[in-house]
Amino acid sequence: MKTILNLLLILSLFSSIELLNAEDWLQFRGTDHRGVAESSNLPTSISSEKNITWKKSLPGRGLSSPIIIGDRIFLTAASTTDQSRLHIMCFDSNDGTTQWSREFWATGRTICHEKTCVAAPTPASDGKHIYALYSSNDLICLDLNGNLKWMRALMQDYPNASNSLGLASSPIIVSDTLIVQVENDSESFAAGIDLNKGTNIWKFPRTKKANWTSPIKVGKNVVAIQGSEGVTAIEASSGKILWSYGEGASTIPSSVASKDGSTLFIPSNGMTALKPRNDNNTPEILWQEPQLRPGTASPIIVDDKIFIINRAGVLNAAKKETGERLWRLRLEGPFSGSPVASKGHIYIASERKGLLQSVDLSGKEGKITGTIELGETILGTPAIANDSLYVRSDHHLWKISNPN
Amino acid sequence: MKRTLALILLFTSSTFLRASTDSIETILAVGSEGKGNSEAAQAWSKITASADIASLMMVFDAMDQASPIASNWLRSAAEVIAKNLEKSGQTAIDPLGEYFMDESHPPKARRFAFELIKKNEPMTAKALIPGLLNDPSPELRRDAVSLLINQASSLKKEGNKSAAILIYRQALNAAVEENQVKPISKALKELGVEVDLPKHFGFLMRWNVIGPFDNTDRKGFETIFPPEEEIDFSAKYKGKEKEAAWTPLSSSDSLGKIDLNKPFGMLKETTAYAYTEFESKSSRTAELRLGCKNAWKIWVNGKFIFGRDEYHRGQRIDQYKLNIQLKEGKNTILVKACQNEQTEEWTVQWEFQLRICNESGVAILASNRKPTPQSEKQTRRPRRSKS
Repeated sequence: MKTILNLLLILSLFSSIELLNAEDWLQFRGTDHRGVAESSNLPTSISSEKNITWKKSLPGRGLSSPIIIGDRIFLTAASTTDQSRLHIMCFDSNDGTTQWSREFWATGRTICHEKTCVAAPTPASDGKHIYALYSSNDLICLDLNGNLKWMRALMQDYPNASNSLGLASSPIIVSDTLIVQVENDSESFAAGIDLNKGTNIWKFPRTKKANWTSPIKVGKNVVAIQGSEGVTAIEASSGKILWSYGEGASTIPSSVASKDGSTLFIPSNGMTALKPRNDNNTPEILWQEPQLRPGTASPIIVDDKIFIINRAGVLNAAKKETGERLWRLRLEGPFSGSPVASKGHIYIASERKGLLQSVDLSGKEGKITGTIELGETILGTPAIANDSLYVRSDHHLWKISNPN
Repeated sequence: MKRTLALILLFTSSTFLRASTDSIETILAVGSEGKGNSEAAQAWSKITASADIASLMMVFDAMDQASPIASNWLRSAAEVIAKNLEKSGQTAIDPLGEYFMDESHPPKARRFAFELIKKNEPMTAKALIPGLLNDPSPELRRDAVSLLINQASSLKKEGNKSAAILIYRQALNAAVEENQVKPISKALKELGVEVDLPKHFGFLMRWNVIGPFDNTDRKGFETIFPPEEEIDFSAKYKGKEKEAAWTPLSSSDSLGKIDLNKPFGMLKETTAYAYTEFESKSSRTAELRLGCKNAWKIWVNGKFIFGRDEYHRGQRIDQYKLNIQLKEGKNTILVKACQNEQTEEWTVQWEFQLRICNESGVAILASNRKPTPQSEKQTRRPRRSKS
């Protein structure tokens, strides 16, 4: 009898918990924030004729990336003239049909620069829940079926935690803690939020300076938080500061870590490669390359190279180990979103015209292998899952994949 | 048998309603920093399990007393219950209509009720829109104003100037949002009708200002300078590099901008204060709405309302909405505005725009409001010294 009960318990657990799939795309720039999908079979030479699988209308604007769990896509948006209506939507990745949608009222200020909008941060997921943050500092947790689990009105809690140009930092989940970075000129903080209750586990003040970068995971329980002063590594579960790099860093493009987390590549003094030490003393600077200066797009690492897109829309390739520059390739920019990669190809959409470009990185020099003009302004970063690329504009979500 | 069934139904119904009431109470109790979230989630789950019109309306009614975050919980519950009703083929048009028609309910909630009606009865909703011209909900009002703008635009194109002017003016009387007021005003100007925009919005155009005080290293924001302790127009104080004395400053800017560069010059790392008085016809609640891209603090009747030390990140009308209490007669308003050290061209502005209105954004005008100052001859702003 006891065995049967145990079996039932296990079965019920399996039925209620969504198992994480290696190819799910759970937060900004993917589950490990590197923007790379190792095993997706994306089209390597994209074209409008062959690769637009479907296109779905959206109820509002957004810069946030879609996140994907199994065959479900989750996306945020903001609508109405003052962007005070917040949306969270769930689509079927197979055909783009809406599975459910939820709306909320913004409780914080919604003023933004026209280049960004209230639905700028990408939501995060642990595979069981969606954690959606907006520039209005509303933080909402839903389960995968759209049931509300908790809500925070961070601007009600911390009334000056806003940026009149808009906030954009995407929350991430590390060690069962939701890391939220809210930085502006007036009331900045970083906080670790309890995934189940939405309460603060820890919170500490940050430099009072506008900052749009997102935290990234650099270890099992370690998060790197980037800001104008540099980078601070903290223990995700406690908020304890582990080490700091104080040579300043960009406040727009975010850092990226190597796959094993042993090296951190920071938009600082051009680009800086940093090796954290086991004893948490000041990390070792492996190299600095002032010529590798990212514009808005965050850097990406593919195999043994690091790729940076500068303000002029030029893709720069350099050796990951030394920073030595290898080749340059002019793309059609400008770019506000960041590149993603799969199997030796980079994909990025330009801001104007929404020109999605695929670049082959396997040769001695980079080569544009295909383009799709989506015809709308695209300010966000694509997502990869299910052998498909998902791109959003202010008005549509596209699925780009190989024809069946 | 029938009596037994009725009793069971009555018992079930009353038990259910009690459970719903308890759940709503739990949601209303959510507090700051996530307090009550777990309990609210359980309550939300219970309420949304129903496909029941009574539950839907209980949730709507609860929004009357809800905090912003509790309202959001309730809104979400109402959204799900409404979808449940739709799935079960039920419609709540009648009670939602009753709710929508009662202007004592929160504007946002009434707008939501209207959207649910519109989803099921689009033609009814369309027919309701013209009657929303003076609705307390800015969103409902916007729809009605849009209709009039479209009508007036058509009349203008047809060359029916008099009719176009009348319709535009009716639209203007109701419009509260900049993105509607400005195009209406522009169209009227093209038709030969000038609009007093500062009066329409309720901008305060006449001030007394004093400065410059120091704001080196942005420390002036927290420094208490004499105007925070006394308002004495005859007093003179030690300012930054010069004596600070009160001087009148009025504005003719169409969007009510009070430019502090005009009396003080293109200074950096400085602080100034602006003071005005507002005669209110009655004791009432109001909203003080501010646009400012400098650091600022505001006091009403000597009471500190709010402050923010952000510089040059953007400015727009109604950027900040602050709840205030006006008393009958004279009310004092003191604004502190700090300029920082940045020297880029886009950091020149040292200004604010402030208006008083009701929750809907309709201007509340002072009982002794003077005519809007007329624009002076365009004078070039002095160039900042390069030294």
